[in-house]
Amino acid sequence: MKLTREEIEQVAELAHIALGEDEIIELHNQFNDFIQFVETINDINTDDVEPTYYLLPLKNVWRPDQHHQPLAPDEVFHNTHEHDGGFFKVPRIL
Amino acid sequence: MDIFDLTAHQLADMLKKRETTAIEITRSVLERIQKVDHDIRAYVTLTAEQAIESAKEVDDNCKEKISPLAGIPAGLKDNICTKEVRTTCCSRMLENFVPPYSATVVERLNQVGAVITGKLNMDEFAMGSSTEYSAFFPTHNPWDLDRVPGGSSGGPAAAVAAGEAIYAIGSDTGGSIRQPAAFCGIVGLKPTYGLVSRYGVVPFASSLDQVGSLTKDVRDCSMVMNVIAGQDSKDSTSAPVDIPDYTSFLTGEIKGKKIGVPRELLDGLDPKMADTFKKALKKLEELGAIVDECSFPHAEAAVPAYHIIAPAEASSNLARFDGVRYGHRAVPEQGKDYDLVEMYMKSRGEGFGPEVKRRVLLGTHFLSTGNYELYYLKALKVRTLIIEDYQRLFREYDVLVTLTTPDLPFKLGRKIDDPLALYHSDSYTIPVNIAGLPAISLPCGFVDGLPVGMQVIAPAFAEGDLLQVAYAFEQNTPYHKQRPPLKKETAKGSES
Repeated sequence: MKLTREEIEQVAELAHIALGEDEIIELHNQFNDFIQFVETINDINTDDVEPTYYLLPLKNVWRPDQHHQPLAPDEVFHNTHEHDGGFFKVPRIL
Repeated sequence: MDIFDLTAHQLADMLKKRETTAIEITRSVLERIQKVDHDIRAYVTLTAEQAIESAKEVDDNCKEKISPLAGIPAGLKDNICTKEVRTTCCSRMLENFVPPYSATVVERLNQVGAVITGKLNMDEFAMGSSTEYSAFFPTHNPWDLDRVPGGSSGGPAAAVAAGEAIYAIGSDTGGSIRQPAAFCGIVGLKPTYGLVSRYGVVPFASSLDQVGSLTKDVRDCSMVMNVIAGQDSKDSTSAPVDIPDYTSFLTGEIKGKKIGVPRELLDGLDPKMADTFKKALKKLEELGAIVDECSFPHAEAAVPAYHIIAPAEASSNLARFDGVRYGHRAVPEQGKDYDLVEMYMKSRGEGFGPEVKRRVLLGTHFLSTGNYELYYLKALKVRTLIIEDYQRLFREYDVLVTLTTPDLPFKLGRKIDDPLALYHSDSYTIPVNIAGLPAISLPCGFVDGLPVGMQVIAPAFAEGDLLQVAYAFEQNTPYHKQRPPLKKETAKGSES
């Protein structure tokens, strides 16, 4: 299955990544080679084969219901670009 | 040999006998970094002051009695969170990120008095096989400075090989510990999925990632595993298994061990590589192992399946980098404003490098409506077939042996423009991650003066078997004792 330039741009929008013109051209060139490569697995018969979602047979992993010290506000906001009191600040939404 | 050339267990013995101090060892390693790192470029962040402090504490409190790793300098791949020490994933996205907590693996090392010398270079977000995708600079192979150290744990592997750390901790999603270990002539272990906590390690592909060690020999590998293995309540995928003393498997005895060699991974090998591997297999036979060719029918399918599963998981994991809570945020030109989605898109567009963008976009494509069944679900079914291949093989064999990678370390810049060619470098290591198994890479010879690695694979949680076979081989071959000839070759001639 070949992707058009418009489809690459649509994927970039879904992934929330802004691309420059050069990047779109380069990705468009490479993308179809990659897709052709991974599509080689279609040669393998997987009728009646169950998918593997998890490697370990772990179920319902619990921890003791004990209180613990959360991060201090200073630590929480240390790495943010912008905050206001106890809130992360983002561009206007509404 | 200089102090920085010794192994952790040799240094631990010297500390015990009071023949050296943690401070002396740490100074030796820090001086080594000063001398050679301008050529190797393994370190992204050096924590020399903290290292000296930790070493002093070990000396003052006789901590060497607690653990053989006390007072031994170690480096960490820069995707492992360290409280109050910058953790970048070698990405512009996290260039200034200072974690408010440490990864569990770091906490465990700190508890036993390890001395952390700093954070080591890697491909951005661990996506790559040469460390050339680091957003900062490439790392050079200590055996030949014009060549790559492998990746993504290229910084850790090069640092250990060059004596810039006695051992290092890395992560392995498709071969990122084993392939650089092979390229740099050291020992790299990718443990069973779930054996070592991933808490605080920046995720790439959560069902494939595992934390492991890069060491100068197999005994050091066992000692590091003794400290870092074990269930962690902060990682719900860490497994509730008993942790043995891994050094107890180092018997040197492998008589009667059944070793399978998948014939599908022998096809098309470079003749010199094939010859080196044959000699290694002969050595295993001489030591009493029963070596047989076997069939691994889905070996070839593992690489394309991996390149669907890993980007799909990465596209989901890396969605967290949105410029809000941490990481790079794009700032509009003066007088202009971004709306929220624009801010997300620009931040991610500016923060991620080309390989990360490529993989996130591929992953998004594979998971999008209409493609999920075609790609992702299909890859998960192929994953089942690969697991079944291994299950069948391990009914017959104790361990499987392959080369770690079909390539010798390649020249810097040679493959970076052809990502598909680069992906094949991991074709022997990827199937192991797909099945969540443990595997070790250890030196098995040299071709054209460059190290060659052999991979030993075992059933889940049978790290003991791996270490037993690897140790017997290592102790009967000279390769692990060789160190890169940096003294003659450092370009700036700073070594005497």
